[in-house]
Amino acid sequence: MYRIVSAIFLAENIKKFEIEAPMIAKKRKAGQFVIVRINPNGERVPLTIADSDPEKGTITIIAQGAGKSTRELNRKEAGDSIADVVGPLGTPSHIENFGTAVSIGGGVGTAIAYPTAKALKEAGNYVITINGARSKDLVILEDEMKAVSDEAYITTDDGSYGFNGFVTQKLQELIDSGKKIDFVLAIGPIPMMKAVADVTRPHGIKTVVSLNPIMIDGTGMCGGCRVTIGNEIKFACIDGPEFDAHQVDFKNLADRNRIYQHEEKEAGEAFEHACKLHGQG
Amino acid sequence: MAIPRQKMPAQDPQERVGNFQEVNLGLTPEQAQQEALRCIQCKDPVCIEGCPVNIKIDQFIKLIAEGDFMGAVRKIKEDNVLPSICGRVCPQEDQCEKVCVIGKKHEPVAIGNLERFVGDYERQSGQKADPKVAPSTGKKVAVVGSGPASLSCANDLAQFGHKVVIFEALHELGGVLMYGIPEFRLPKEIVREELDGLRRMGIEFRTDVVVGRTITIDELMEEDGFDAVFIGVGAGLPWFMGIPGENLVGVLSANEFLTRVNLMKAYDFPNNDTPVFDCKGKSVAIFGGGNTAMDAVRTAKRLGAEHAYIVYRRSEKEMPAREEEIHNAKEEGIEFLLLTTPLEFVGDDQAWLTGAKCQKMELGAPDDSGRRRPVPIEGSEYILPIDMAIISIGNGSNPLIHQTTPDIEVSKRETIVVDVNTMQTSKEGVYAGGDIVTGGATVILAMGAGRTAAAAINKQLGGTAQHFDEW
Repeated sequence: MYRIVSAIFLAENIKKFEIEAPMIAKKRKAGQFVIVRINPNGERVPLTIADSDPEKGTITIIAQGAGKSTRELNRKEAGDSIADVVGPLGTPSHIENFGTAVSIGGGVGTAIAYPTAKALKEAGNYVITINGARSKDLVILEDEMKAVSDEAYITTDDGSYGFNGFVTQKLQELIDSGKKIDFVLAIGPIPMMKAVADVTRPHGIKTVVSLNPIMIDGTGMCGGCRVTIGNEIKFACIDGPEFDAHQVDFKNLADRNRIYQHEEKEAGEAFEHACKLHGQG
Repeated sequence: MAIPRQKMPAQDPQERVGNFQEVNLGLTPEQAQQEALRCIQCKDPVCIEGCPVNIKIDQFIKLIAEGDFMGAVRKIKEDNVLPSICGRVCPQEDQCEKVCVIGKKHEPVAIGNLERFVGDYERQSGQKADPKVAPSTGKKVAVVGSGPASLSCANDLAQFGHKVVIFEALHELGGVLMYGIPEFRLPKEIVREELDGLRRMGIEFRTDVVVGRTITIDELMEEDGFDAVFIGVGAGLPWFMGIPGENLVGVLSANEFLTRVNLMKAYDFPNNDTPVFDCKGKSVAIFGGGNTAMDAVRTAKRLGAEHAYIVYRRSEKEMPAREEEIHNAKEEGIEFLLLTTPLEFVGDDQAWLTGAKCQKMELGAPDDSGRRRPVPIEGSEYILPIDMAIISIGNGSNPLIHQTTPDIEVSKRETIVVDVNTMQTSKEGVYAGGDIVTGGATVILAMGAGRTAAAAINKQLGGTAQHFDEW
């Protein structure tokens, strides 16, 4: 069992957890993730390690309540435990001094973009962050992102805070203003990552995305997370999760992520129903 | 030979396709004693050499004949701590029972069924037949992976008096025994109970540790003070066929399918959170002809598939699966499409699989493996309509260990290279065995390799050469 040291909501439905996991805290690098299993009947869910404190022996994860498991996780409080946390998994982000690096986070993807943005800053890059959310109340990690950025932008789809529009519009604006950009990292929903790849492709800007296929073991033994990169099949859990955005078959990823849509809905509804019955909802 | 080989009762095929309970029900005590009387107690029991872990077969069978079932299981556990498991999953027809002298004229003694019987007897009786453990040597060995190779290595090391810590990447112990072999062939409760026996011997288990990611082999030796390391991580990297359409929705590896169903208990969704492809009333094809393919296809049938096909490019004679499993599959209504190979997968505009374009084959001249090579028949292509495709053409080696421990030599196939007499790798103090060395093989061969490594590790650590049953 892995003890939760702290649990706080960053926005509606988005919760940040600090979890005791000393071996993982000591080892993890930016871009890596853990697989968690909330309870003994639970499924294995991949979540990016947003931060770690090797001295305290804790890691930080940020979860958005989307399906049954993440909603169940988001009901956990400090002092509660989760059954399993395994990691760090995946290949760490490739970090070097590219020059000017733009880190783009969409929604809860910001939590994934943050550790890599921080590592890019530490490697000497001029870091620009673009942090996108649907509306003001869903903006997360604003201060953290600012602290690791030379320039920080917030965009909201409805214009309720910061730049009114999508992250891609802000990125296009930066490119059009003649800013020399050497590297772009984009993490968020699949359509957003695809849109960023489409913006940078004509300019030949090296662009990396962190993919989020369905995973089970996370150690390379099942191929459930396989993605098409160029013409090759790769396993996101060991070869990734970060890949060259201009080589990714985003349509295939989106198609494959829909396989359990029906079951996810069923499990989610059953969970909500059970919570209401037990008065926890 | 007046006594016929005792037939093990089994669940009726019609009934068992509707559940995940064990197919074979085990011998009764009377049957076991009868069967034991068929053993003629050869002076030179060749059956022992046929067993990769060299169980003293004649001795344990004699004890069964005398009605001393606990004595029999104690005798087995000197060499193999997993009798309930091995009695179920070993291919005895290729090993101990193949060389049984009785088998020359009659059916061989049912060694596997007898081993299973006494293993089950111990657990059901509530008594313990734990092997004796030598006084502590103060030496520590790390065992990576908790599958069959690791468990048998750990068992011997513990009996020699060394401290053993097993590191497992998944949340459950047992490797392929847990995620690969289905409940209806090997109930998971049995695996857990046999593992408890290892715990009582002082072996420590640590789950959720991925060696190569959470900690490296060098760190285990240099920082954590392990005197030796045994690598038994298996061959768990699934191969795909590399044909068009393999990334369509509904095409998955047998490893993924079986892991969801066995380890994550997706057959009991939504009581367990992990979903699996809804097979009810669907057509499911498994591509391959090994034991994994049989496990997958019988699982699909139990999940309600209307058509569950085995698609195999050679004929039934060349199938690597056990005869018993092929027989069981046929009884359960599995459809065999032999001499058939897929060329590509086809799907609808939502990228969901709708079929496999297959080609008929005929057998040509023997290839390097001695099996007749399948040759395509021109113009025989057709579309097999299917909703799910499960790829079961074998597994390669996971690259995590050698990526992070570069001084361990690997072959071109990325299997770990060892000295076959000691199972030592190119790195001092590091040994390996099982599928990570041989590629996909059997539970019992992995266990044999684990024992060989344990003997060599014991020698390296200056342990006594005295056999542990004398402690």
